[in-house]
Amino acid sequence: MKTIDLKSLHFALAAAALFCLAGPAQAADKVKVGMLSTLSGPGAGLGIDIRDGFNLALKHSGGKFGGLPVELIVADDQAKPDAARQTADRLVKQDKVDFMTGVVFSNVMLAVGKPIFDSKTFYISANAGPSQLAGAQCNPYFFNVAWQNDNLHEAVGKTVQDKGFKKVALLAPNYPAGKDALAGFKRYFKGEIASEAYTPLSQLDYGAELSKMRASGADAVYIFLPGGLGINFIKQFVGAGLSKDMTLFGPGFSADEDVIRAVGEPMLGMFNSSQWAHDMQNPVNKRFVADFQKDYGRMPTLYASQGYDAARLMDAAVRDVKGNLGDKAALRKAIAAAKFDSVRGAFKFNSNGYPIQDYYLRVITRDAQGRITNRTLNTVFKDHADAYVGECKMPAL
Amino acid sequence: MTGILVLEQSLNGLQFGLMLFLLAAGLTLVFGIMDMINLAHGSLYMIGAYLVASIALGSGSFWLGLALGMAATAAIGAVLELTVLRRLYQRDHLSQVLGTFAILLMSNEAVRWLWGSQPIELNPPAALAGPVELLPGFSYPAYRLFIIAVGLAAAGVLYLLVARTRLGMQVRAGASNREMALAMGVDVRRLFTLVFAMGAALCALAGGMLGPLLAVQVGMGESILILAFVVIVIGGIGSIRGALLGALLVGVVDTAGRTLIPYGFERLLGPDLAASVGPAVAAILIYVLMAAVLFFRPQGLFPAHG
Amino acid sequence: MADTEIKPVERVDTAKAATPVAAASLASMRLAPGLLDHPLHWRTGLVLLIALVLLPTLAQAWGQGFYVGVASRILIFALAATSLNLILGFGGMVSFGHAAFVGVGAYAAGILMQHGFASAWLALALAFVAAGAFALLIGAISLRTRGVYFIMITLAFAQMLYYLMVSLKTYGGDDGLSLDSRFDLAFGLDLSQDASFYYLVLALAVAVFVGVQRLLNSRFGHALQAIRDNETRMAAIGFPVLRFKLLAFVLAGALAGLAGALLAQLGGFVSPSMMQWSESGMLMVMVILGGVGHLYGGLVGAVVFLVLEEVLSSITIHWQFGLGAVLLAVVLLAPNGLLSLRLRRQSP
Repeated sequence: MKTIDLKSLHFALAAAALFCLAGPAQAADKVKVGMLSTLSGPGAGLGIDIRDGFNLALKHSGGKFGGLPVELIVADDQAKPDAARQTADRLVKQDKVDFMTGVVFSNVMLAVGKPIFDSKTFYISANAGPSQLAGAQCNPYFFNVAWQNDNLHEAVGKTVQDKGFKKVALLAPNYPAGKDALAGFKRYFKGEIASEAYTPLSQLDYGAELSKMRASGADAVYIFLPGGLGINFIKQFVGAGLSKDMTLFGPGFSADEDVIRAVGEPMLGMFNSSQWAHDMQNPVNKRFVADFQKDYGRMPTLYASQGYDAARLMDAAVRDVKGNLGDKAALRKAIAAAKFDSVRGAFKFNSNGYPIQDYYLRVITRDAQGRITNRTLNTVFKDHADAYVGECKMPAL
Repeated sequence: MTGILVLEQSLNGLQFGLMLFLLAAGLTLVFGIMDMINLAHGSLYMIGAYLVASIALGSGSFWLGLALGMAATAAIGAVLELTVLRRLYQRDHLSQVLGTFAILLMSNEAVRWLWGSQPIELNPPAALAGPVELLPGFSYPAYRLFIIAVGLAAAGVLYLLVARTRLGMQVRAGASNREMALAMGVDVRRLFTLVFAMGAALCALAGGMLGPLLAVQVGMGESILILAFVVIVIGGIGSIRGALLGALLVGVVDTAGRTLIPYGFERLLGPDLAASVGPAVAAILIYVLMAAVLFFRPQGLFPAHG
Repeated sequence: MADTEIKPVERVDTAKAATPVAAASLASMRLAPGLLDHPLHWRTGLVLLIALVLLPTLAQAWGQGFYVGVASRILIFALAATSLNLILGFGGMVSFGHAAFVGVGAYAAGILMQHGFASAWLALALAFVAAGAFALLIGAISLRTRGVYFIMITLAFAQMLYYLMVSLKTYGGDDGLSLDSRFDLAFGLDLSQDASFYYLVLALAVAVFVGVQRLLNSRFGHALQAIRDNETRMAAIGFPVLRFKLLAFVLAGALAGLAGALLAQLGGFVSPSMMQWSESGMLMVMVILGGVGHLYGGLVGAVVFLVLEEVLSSITIHWQFGLGAVLLAVVLLAPNGLLSLRLRRQSP
């Protein structure tokens, strides 16, 4: 097979890396990180946020993890499991990265999991948190610094329950994540479900569903509609005047800065749950938010905060094993200990590699400068774990 | 199933259908007259929405944004036609698919490069932002009524244009028999550019009108493009009347399906099965409709070619 | 043109050679290759084959072992594209739903694995048969239409299958199905090795390719191409046009299913996104790029498209712009695909 110039470059890098990462007992002289994220197509905004957050953390630590220089290889997964799988293969087999991160969507994560775990590469998830990897298919090489997919929905469920709403209308797309989302909500909400609708992923117009919601007489609405779907729904919800009679709830990622920028005023008054907010007062977060705005000219979303934390975790882990990346058992222990300062304050891992953390209620209002943004109201869950940890029988390394 | 729900769903179906008509009209004209499959039609819709949103945000006026956005997109359409698409008319459909698909890829990236990867804001004008009370106890979003009005007006204007003007006569001639129209001395090149620019303007109108309801983001054209193709195939290629009736049919069937099917399935199959099967059936209902129409009337319902 | 190839037979109700005269004329036809024949180009083909066979060894030697997997994927897509070319290029049926058959084959393999059957032969055979069955069903309905209506109706059916699989939680829905391991080939070949799997894919691809070439140069292939050129005339002569087209459609679908099963095994993963219309579009683009109606069209198109994608995406995240620019250039400069530049064939 003819090698084109770029492939020669890859080869040179790979050869160099091979010489660098010689044997298990020797310390490496650099850290290679593979970031596989959605950088093109409709979901690209999320992947770019993760990448930017990660890069900012890298800048804050001087381009080094644990004192070793970092080589970051960024690749596009196109949100397609098939193409992502091949790119993941290249990153672990050809580029021989030490860590991987970046995947946004759960279906892509499930596709790339096997080659990454089989090559004994640690994956620090900055977003995707499928229940399969929390429970029955848990893996020692998988860690998630964001949340398990159900957690944010559970937090809203509890909020709606605590706020005393009696009848709730639910809406999610018709695919497993949608069903899981509403199942998570229902785990903590014990009132009456006035209507529960699953719409096709391609659906753009929610007129029919809005009419049904109005007819059902619900006093609160909970939606799980990722990305553009959520934007569509919120605009139409407010346009139909339903926001006067029903309170709108959603998970944090459907109500973060990117959606606010796209919807604007109609979003005022929407409640959402999150594990992070930009107005959290700890010093790490303040620095993160200020520098992110300075460097990228926009307010960070929770995706950016997750990318930032993933880098911080890697930094701490490499530092704790003193650069000895070949010792997988020690590295795992260092990662699992999570001795890093997260932008959300205290952070620790559960036995299945998912976080045990607090979840907060946020509402969208105008801040002191008149900008429309999230404001943290109160804590919903303290030290909350995911519901699938019981099913996990962690295999050996 | 109260009367009000039925009324509301009927209006929803009408509005959704008219939304699709705005897009399908341009597509069917281009296909019928120039015999060109244009996959970049969705890209013009996206560019139109972005231009309307930017101008509206910058100037503070939705109407100005709409007007200027339509003009700008028509200009872009004309330029595109003159430079690239003109060479594809003589080619077979497959080359057109490849060429317009290439343009689709390039416009997606161009828009992303200019406006970034995040969706941008486009909201309805304040006057139309809330619901109006049509009947005691029944409110309907004012903006959707506005869409219905604009859709009907656009249909009316297009009808007048096509049926009552000289230009329209040439368009109809070109749609039913291109060679004959050429032989009769129609200035085909100018006609084609004009038709394409008109189609682009309609795309921008659709994009600007739908922007306040849907997300303005990269790739927004693809999802609606398929629906537009379904509409023109059902309605019959090349005829505006077919596009209108096809769009209304699709709009009503889709809305009715999304309401009645879960309702009916719940009564027949029980809630669990209904929850998994219902939405799947509702999603494919439009395609089943198209397959059925093509099976019984392969030329569509109101084809332009006799 | 094509008239000289098909000699009207006395008994016009069958395409088979019923008389010795007809048989003799058909036999004599085979000796002189005509416009409807597609030579294998032995010299180029053999060199290519040798290069492909040596690829894993060379790749390992250069330390580029990863690219064996890439080559497997390219070959699988070449197989799928060739199956589409059979009906699109040689049959004149523009199917916009071909990815659905790939998906059916992939799911057949995945579902078998989920139920505990690990034999490669069973999986491949079932994928072939299942995809062929779906193609029979879809083709029987779709082939009543022509032109753009046929394009749309095949698209519709593919979308229906896609939405169906997305909602079926038993088989993973949108999250897809994971295959725990690769299948057993039972010759002692361990398919989990990249190189072994590559040889399986290569063997199948070559077998299918040669088979398609033989088919195209046979009576059936000639008839199919003649139907593509002028369906009315063929019907007037007395060929059962619909049956021929359906047969080609079913065969193409079955071969696509085979590619799907291989793809599922390669990635260890099946997902409904394999069946989306954008995937069908990608297959069509590959065929058009390589050369519609050229024997090597599917292969060339798949190789160029996938290599271009791989190279461009490693340069910039705006790689789709570059891809679009290249495709546009090809459309404007090489009107009938890349192969037409080399071979200067008469366009169909």
